[in-house]
Amino acid sequence: MRRREGEETVASRTITLNINGEERNVMVRNADTLLYTLRGKLGLSGSKPGCLNGDCGACTVNVDGWPMKSCLMLAVEAEGKKVMTIEGLRNAPIQQAFVKEFAFQCGYCTPGFIMNCHALLEQHPNADDKTIKEWLESNICRCTSYIEIEKAVKSVLRGHSGGS
Amino acid sequence: MLPFDFEYYRPETLKEAVERYQFLEHQGKQPTYFSGGTELITLGRINLAYADAVIDMKEIAECNMKEFNGDHLVLGSALSLTQIEEANPFPLLTSVASEVADHTARGKITLGGNICAQIFYREAVLPFLLADSQVIIVGPEGIRNVQINEIFQEHLRLKKGELLVQTVTDRRFIGAPFFAKKRRQQWDTGYPLITVAALKIGQEIRLAISGLCPFPFRSEEMEVYINRWGQSLEARIDGALSVLPKSILDDVEGSADYRIFVLRNLLMDALQALG
Amino acid sequence: MDVIGKSVIRKEAADKVTGRAKYTNDFQSIEMLSCKMVISPYGHAKIVNIDTSKAWKVPGVIAIIAGKRYPLTGEAIRDRPPIAVDKVRYHGEPVALVVAETPSQAKTAADLIKVQYELLPVVNSPAQAFQKDAPLVHERLGEYKLEADSYPVPGTNIATHYKIRKGNMEKGWSESETVVEASFSFAPSDHAAMETRCATAEIVPDGNIMITTSSQAPFMVKRLIADYFGEDMGKIIVRTPLVGGAYGGKASVQLEVLAYLASKEVGGRPVKLLNTREEDIITSACHIGLDATVKLGVDRSGKIRAAEIRYLWDGGAYSDKAVDVSRSGAVDCTGPYDVENLWCDSYCMYTNHPYAAPFRGFSHSELSFAIERTMDLLAQKLNMDPFELRYINAIQPGDTTPTRVKLNKSNVGNLRKCIEKVKELFKWEEGAIKEIDDRFIRVKGVSCSWKTSTIDTDAPSGVILTFNRDGSINLMSGVVEIGTGTKTILAQILAERMRMDVDNIHVRMEVDTQTTPEHWKTVASRGTFMGGRAVLRAAEDAINQLKEIAACALRAPKDDLEVANSRVFLRDDPSIGLHFKDICYGFKYPNGQTIGQQVIGRGSYILRHLTHLDPETGAGKPGPEWTVAAYGVEIEFDKRDYTYRLIKACTVVDVGNVMNEKAAEGQVMGAMSMGLAFAGRETFYFDELGRVLNPQLRTYRPLRYGENPEYLVGFVKTPQLDGPYGARGLGEHGLMGMPGALGNALSIASGVSLHHLPLIPELIWRAKEAVK
Ligand SMILES: Cc1cc2nc3c(=O)[nH]c(=O)nc-3n(C[C@H](O)[C@H](O)[C@H](O)COP(=O)(O)OP(=O)(O)OC[C@H]3O[C@@H](n4cnc5c(N)ncnc54)[C@H](O)[C@@H]3O)c2cc1C
Ligand code: FES
Ligand code: FES
Repeated sequence: MRRREGEETVASRTITLNINGEERNVMVRNADTLLYTLRGKLGLSGSKPGCLNGDCGACTVNVDGWPMKSCLMLAVEAEGKKVMTIEGLRNAPIQQAFVKEFAFQCGYCTPGFIMNCHALLEQHPNADDKTIKEWLESNICRCTSYIEIEKAVKSVLRGHSGGS
Repeated sequence: MLPFDFEYYRPETLKEAVERYQFLEHQGKQPTYFSGGTELITLGRINLAYADAVIDMKEIAECNMKEFNGDHLVLGSALSLTQIEEANPFPLLTSVASEVADHTARGKITLGGNICAQIFYREAVLPFLLADSQVIIVGPEGIRNVQINEIFQEHLRLKKGELLVQTVTDRRFIGAPFFAKKRRQQWDTGYPLITVAALKIGQEIRLAISGLCPFPFRSEEMEVYINRWGQSLEARIDGALSVLPKSILDDVEGSADYRIFVLRNLLMDALQALG
Repeated sequence: MDVIGKSVIRKEAADKVTGRAKYTNDFQSIEMLSCKMVISPYGHAKIVNIDTSKAWKVPGVIAIIAGKRYPLTGEAIRDRPPIAVDKVRYHGEPVALVVAETPSQAKTAADLIKVQYELLPVVNSPAQAFQKDAPLVHERLGEYKLEADSYPVPGTNIATHYKIRKGNMEKGWSESETVVEASFSFAPSDHAAMETRCATAEIVPDGNIMITTSSQAPFMVKRLIADYFGEDMGKIIVRTPLVGGAYGGKASVQLEVLAYLASKEVGGRPVKLLNTREEDIITSACHIGLDATVKLGVDRSGKIRAAEIRYLWDGGAYSDKAVDVSRSGAVDCTGPYDVENLWCDSYCMYTNHPYAAPFRGFSHSELSFAIERTMDLLAQKLNMDPFELRYINAIQPGDTTPTRVKLNKSNVGNLRKCIEKVKELFKWEEGAIKEIDDRFIRVKGVSCSWKTSTIDTDAPSGVILTFNRDGSINLMSGVVEIGTGTKTILAQILAERMRMDVDNIHVRMEVDTQTTPEHWKTVASRGTFMGGRAVLRAAEDAINQLKEIAACALRAPKDDLEVANSRVFLRDDPSIGLHFKDICYGFKYPNGQTIGQQVIGRGSYILRHLTHLDPETGAGKPGPEWTVAAYGVEIEFDKRDYTYRLIKACTVVDVGNVMNEKAAEGQVMGAMSMGLAFAGRETFYFDELGRVLNPQLRTYRPLRYGENPEYLVGFVKTPQLDGPYGARGLGEHGLMGMPGALGNALSIASGVSLHHLPLIPELIWRAKEAVK
């Protein structure tokens, strides 16, 4: 009678996900979220659960270059898409900027925030204040005042546009 | 963490989707259409939604349409709100949609999902109600094309197995002057306390509201009063407020009295903005 | 000073921006089982029956615990069954546990447990709890085991009553020319740390109980589990990795106990219990609510002559730490003002609400709202500048606190200087009110605060330093890294004392109670103070040992030696000396012979002279020092809609000394952000059944990016002689004045006195309607 995860049934199967540039085969339940799969099946624990409800943004990853709350996406929906998690981000300017501006304290919201900022910088390298606010409202940071995060993002933006 | 399992299908045609739905139902299953899927994922987690088979509509070409077809803007139901905002084919829609949830979530939430949502704000429907849009619906009995104002009564009155494919909006309404404002309990985060959208067609102002009642609506009775141009603003608004639906929300976002206070001021702003 | 004050990058920074930083829930193993709670859907109800039969049929279920009686738990009062029996006392209370192989199996089974309840009358506020005929939350209050300093009143809902009786009230009132009295209230709310609480437990065959937990108090977990269940303390090993925000909410011990019980039930197999956000908000401890009445009398000059204060704290269904919060509220009940004649009753009340944990500020942000609003009412009545009134009454060396501690230049900061600095930063001379047009108005509100940290009188902090062969140092302290950066600051203190490069100091981030020296709890802004003192002592100890070895090797008297740059050398000729790496494991002569030994520095610290409070008068020394601060909040108010925007928020705090500039500013700004969210939006909405209607971040809404004001931070530096390099506590103070200052600004702007939190537009509208 016992059914462990891992058996192929109508409700679960093996899929191939493109994560941080690598093809990974993984057995999932159709009902598994991308977040659960990343953390529980692929050992990528950088994306954090904070609400599993789409509210906090701690689980944010990039899917085809756009920010995505990985708790709002099924793993099966991610098939055929390029998923990038915080683990796939190496020495990105926004990471340095977060360190320099003290843009985190406990660090729990940080992977999600950075992935959102990273997508923003890629999609809108010259984002204005309104766009920055619109995007960054999606994540909660309970520790910092957001001013630090704003500074971090803007320091990278300025870098992009070559201004002061 | 969804506590139940389901089958997952990703049809590529409308026909396939509808047939799959019927087939699953026939088998005694509880299928559901899945567009952004955020409701099944978030409400399923707390036992407020359930399905044992999911039909994901994101691969269906018609549901991803985003183009002008002659004088009509066709928007597929599986477009994410972010896609619509970025393309901005319908400024009033952009304005309303960009206040739903948050930017990242809107990358997942879809137009059709928001219009058909169980969570009763369904803000994205407001512009279509104002623009007398058509909706394209497909179901076991084939495709039909219906006036949204006929079929959207509190919610989209779909028959079992039917799904919303597209909205079709006349270009005439797309460039018309509009007003849209979402007021929340506090600051810039959260569900609407009241969202008002208004569109001015010639000398006629149209009005649609979410957050006031447990459903969004456009009220022609209110519009009658609002358009009594000879009268003072106050009188027009008083008139409109005298014909509100009965079921005013009274909940943690705000009391019924307060909602009416907020609505009154928003109507004032709308009328002033649209002259 | 070379390192102190510098914005040294936190030691764990690289881990945190790459996703490598590990929190409790990030540790997962294949054999780890999942535990899921069944929680009460009601505020107060009798448990009639629990049917687990369907749940047992779910594949993967290994154990179900329900209806089992365990020893009562709790801190000041042992009043809480770990899993409810007989009745439930709050919405969210654990009623049963399921252990299964996977999280979804556990959840499926938990959903199938059918509990039958019979509703009981609900106590929905502390004021209601205080009424004579109120339903009782605890019928057997007289039978509970107590700690010193808690005074429950059986037959009532009073978990504890603290009294402050100071001076002569009759005299005070007779000297008062102007008197104001006002009442204030707000419901409980939440800490909402982004990491929900999580605990894992495993009982290995040798009997060791291995617990990993997202806690501010791993050492307390060890002590309490030993105490509750009669386990050997040494066999309980509690590990705490990085913690994803805590703010006081992770000082309560709860999930650890449940995980331990669950593991025990499955023969010691490893079990994980992770709160969902909903559980984290209602099942685990929350932020306390308050009903307060404040009466102040002043003489002609504006000097306070008398104060009568009543605080009814909403401790919720179980007293946990709420007793201590109520005590702390009594200790600093007046706010930072000199009050000679004082009468205060601070009651910790039982209600059918989620129970309260400490919250950043530990009673002070809450009581400050009541006190600072009353101060503004007083200023208004006296027609006096609100800062002037505060300045006149500001607590000073020579004054005594409510519990009669005599203040001196070291144990209290300089409030007047803080006020002056806020006035400057906040451009007070430009006036408090600026009309923008006939609809919009900009208004500044102000407030002040003070706080001592009321911690256990014997609370310890310890540090161990070991050396690596390259002469670098490992620093081990029981302080938990909850985001405050304290471990980096400890490294800075060590670097400063050793006059070495902070990069050569390695900090152990994780705490485990078997190998890390105890730090009581990482609460009350005590990490830097106590941990810092322990670091200094450990450094002293290590330096002494290094010098001893070097003295021998260099054939020089010890007191001719100095330490800097990882070397011990001759004071008058620094070129003659030895690098740490050559002496930290003894000094080896060319022939192999070795003198000395491995250097291990140890240091520990206990706050001196703290005492219990006299039960009748409150007299006693509750804490080591008082940090003071002054605040301003500027808003832009819409007189038509009663909506507002936050424009500026300002805090000036007397920190003694700034240890890390950017970290300090970050702490103060982050605290202001949290304070404004608490003041402006966050609260639990209860229905008549005592249910929390908004237990999700969709409906319980912390501040978001862009809703924040501009922040201004200033520091006054009156050294605390006992503090490491003069430092005082800092982590909480930015928060404490926000509710008062925001309430004052909005009361001025709207023209009605506001007495409740959160300060949402509807509240202002309602107050306006009431006076129409
Ligand atoms: C973080 C967050 C914040 C939110 N805030 C707001 C807000 O401020 N305002 C607001 O209005 N809403 C808000 N919501 C609710 C949200 O808009 C709806 O839940 C969402 O729009 C559903 O969109 P979806 O594409 O994910 O729909 P789905 O979850 O895919 O579908 C929702 C429902 O509609 C049905 N359905 C979907 N598409 C079709 C179709 N084409 N034809 C027929 N039936 C269909 C589904 O079967 C399901 O029952 C919020 C949601 C989240 C996650
Ligand atoms: S966990 Fe995904 S948004 Fe909170
Ligand atoms: S750093 Fe703690 S939540 Fe953002």
